[in-house]
Amino acid sequence: MFIKRKYFFEYLWEGLLKISGGLTSVAILLIVIFLFSEGIGIFNNSAVEEGYSIIVGKDNDVENLSGEKIKDIFDQKIVSWKTLGTTIENHDSIMLLRLDDIASYVSENKIASDFSNLPQIIEQIMKDNPSVIGFLPSEYINKDSDYRILDLGKIKPKDFFFGKQWFPTAQPSPLFGVLPIVLGTLLVSLIAILIALPFGLAVAIYSAELASEKVAKLIRPVIELLAGIPSVVYGFFGLIVIVPLIQKLFNLDVGETALAGSIILAIMALPTIITIAQDAIMSTPRSMKEASLALGANKWQTIKKVIIPYSISGITAGVVLGIGRAIGETMAVLMVTGNAAVIPTTLLEPVRTIPATIAAELGEAPKGGAHYEALFALGCILFIFTLVINLIVEYISSKNKNKA
Amino acid sequence: MDYRKKRNINQVVWFSTLRVMSFIVVAILFCILGFILYNGASAISWDFLTTMPQDGMTKGGILPAILGTFYLTIGAIIFAFPLGILSGIYLNEYAGKGWIVKLIRMMTNNLGAIPSIVFGLFGMALFVNKLKFGDSIIAGSLTLGLLVLPIVIRTTEEALKQIDDSFRTGSLALGATKFQTIIRVILPMAFPNIITGLILSIGRVSGETAPIMFTAVAYFLPHLPSSIYDQVMALPYHLYVVATSGTDIEASRPIAYGTAFVLIVIVLILNLSASWLRKFFGNKVKTNS
Repeated sequence: MFIKRKYFFEYLWEGLLKISGGLTSVAILLIVIFLFSEGIGIFNNSAVEEGYSIIVGKDNDVENLSGEKIKDIFDQKIVSWKTLGTTIENHDSIMLLRLDDIASYVSENKIASDFSNLPQIIEQIMKDNPSVIGFLPSEYINKDSDYRILDLGKIKPKDFFFGKQWFPTAQPSPLFGVLPIVLGTLLVSLIAILIALPFGLAVAIYSAELASEKVAKLIRPVIELLAGIPSVVYGFFGLIVIVPLIQKLFNLDVGETALAGSIILAIMALPTIITIAQDAIMSTPRSMKEASLALGANKWQTIKKVIIPYSISGITAGVVLGIGRAIGETMAVLMVTGNAAVIPTTLLEPVRTIPATIAAELGEAPKGGAHYEALFALGCILFIFTLVINLIVEYISSKNKNKA
Repeated sequence: MDYRKKRNINQVVWFSTLRVMSFIVVAILFCILGFILYNGASAISWDFLTTMPQDGMTKGGILPAILGTFYLTIGAIIFAFPLGILSGIYLNEYAGKGWIVKLIRMMTNNLGAIPSIVFGLFGMALFVNKLKFGDSIIAGSLTLGLLVLPIVIRTTEEALKQIDDSFRTGSLALGATKFQTIIRVILPMAFPNIITGLILSIGRVSGETAPIMFTAVAYFLPHLPSSIYDQVMALPYHLYVVATSGTDIEASRPIAYGTAFVLIVIVLILNLSASWLRKFFGNKVKTNS
């Protein structure tokens, strides 16, 4: 009886453990499924804002208008049809027709109070003015009328991944070019690591090789604490101390710049770099160090010529992991970089990163809309970045294991 | 003699550089801590900790944010700790070297590398929208729980790995089953390391903002939450909104400093108790052996 009960518990326990292990791996599958199913949806959205159509006169043979061109037209940056490769006899300058503009074409008392006659009015306007381009709610558009409905198609992957403009709420066609955001993320993170690397390496070498045991023991909790401070507190510190400092130092209008983000990220990436580099340095076999010292090399030469080369792959893993941390960091960056979605040219400009964009805009994006899905697609990009980084780290450390 | 002198000078120069740079890193930490603690201390009072915000968050306290963070953290712990510890035990003690185990280990490793904002996106898609929890304590807790899950698993695994195999074989040789071995021998020995790791992970949970932004928190709530399906306020998010988008940013500065102060103190307490526990158990183990 005792034996039987014993085995019953044994099975129960093992089953419980297996279920837990299974659940954990299901979690990441769920994350991937949800992230990508929402993110892919962006390419099913039409390039024009939901519920609206873009119309031109029936003789207007303009084709292949990209989202960016449409935006320029309605921002009145493009004012002539000729620049778009179309000629319309005697009517070259582009005229805009939005709901608000209708009153400037016809007198207001002609419009019925419930807008029921709008389709006819629109048709009349289009007939009278061949150079008009209209952006109107689809409910007022007749499919078989005297004007042409421009089919812009769906949002193309090319426009998404390589588009240079991110205007998710622009009318009539929102622009979802993620290039500036992706470049901003990489720039801020790489600069952060460049700043953090020398300091991280210095602390790692110092506490592993130079410091007395007492000092080394003191440094450990400091690093742990540095890793433990919430990112929003770093962001707050950056906002209050570093941003004004940069503004004053470089005489800028605003201090919220890529540089501020990089500095904060550098501080935040330090613990990752230090712990991993330190582990790598400490794993150098004692015999190697002693052999070097016995050959007459002094301590610095041993560090430079033996310890660092030996632990270089561990240090690299730390650096790569640090980049991963920096790329994914949200709050601190959101608070100090100024969030301008332009391709960064200098460090003293505001930039915007992927996580900051998601955090700043998800709250305002209507659920299920193109903007919402674009933000999920950004999340997918971020996910793939971190996945690749993780794979690199795993590759480096597996190579390391083989060596040892 | 010249060469030797030169290389010794070289060494002195480099060592001092390393020393100075290390000192700078430590100084940065104390700079941040000191700045927040110094400026925040004046905002802290009993009223600040126990009253509701007033006047568009320029006056009053942060009680709902403290409570909200507390609820969210507890919820995440309830979800993640048992699951994570059990998974960790499974991975280290039971799982063989098959491809399933490799897959699970790879999955948990990658789960740990995912940025917190992605957890937020996922929590919003699954818990808030799909399962229709709405912005609620439960949605936020589950999201935060997922975030610490890999940390808990790794902590458990690392702690178990440090225990010498002779204890396992010894116990098994005495006729104990694997279950008995783990419960009576392995877990008690691994307990100190597991518990310190878990305490540190609590700090991580309580300070995260991005995962709860779209799953649990509200800018301001006039009432305290009454069920797990209610929205809450939370300390990190409170600090974010007060610092960046309050109605009167200058007037709400003291509130921001105070909130940052509380956050830092939570992390400090958790870190100190972790290192105290480490010392405490360290001594105990010594006397046992």
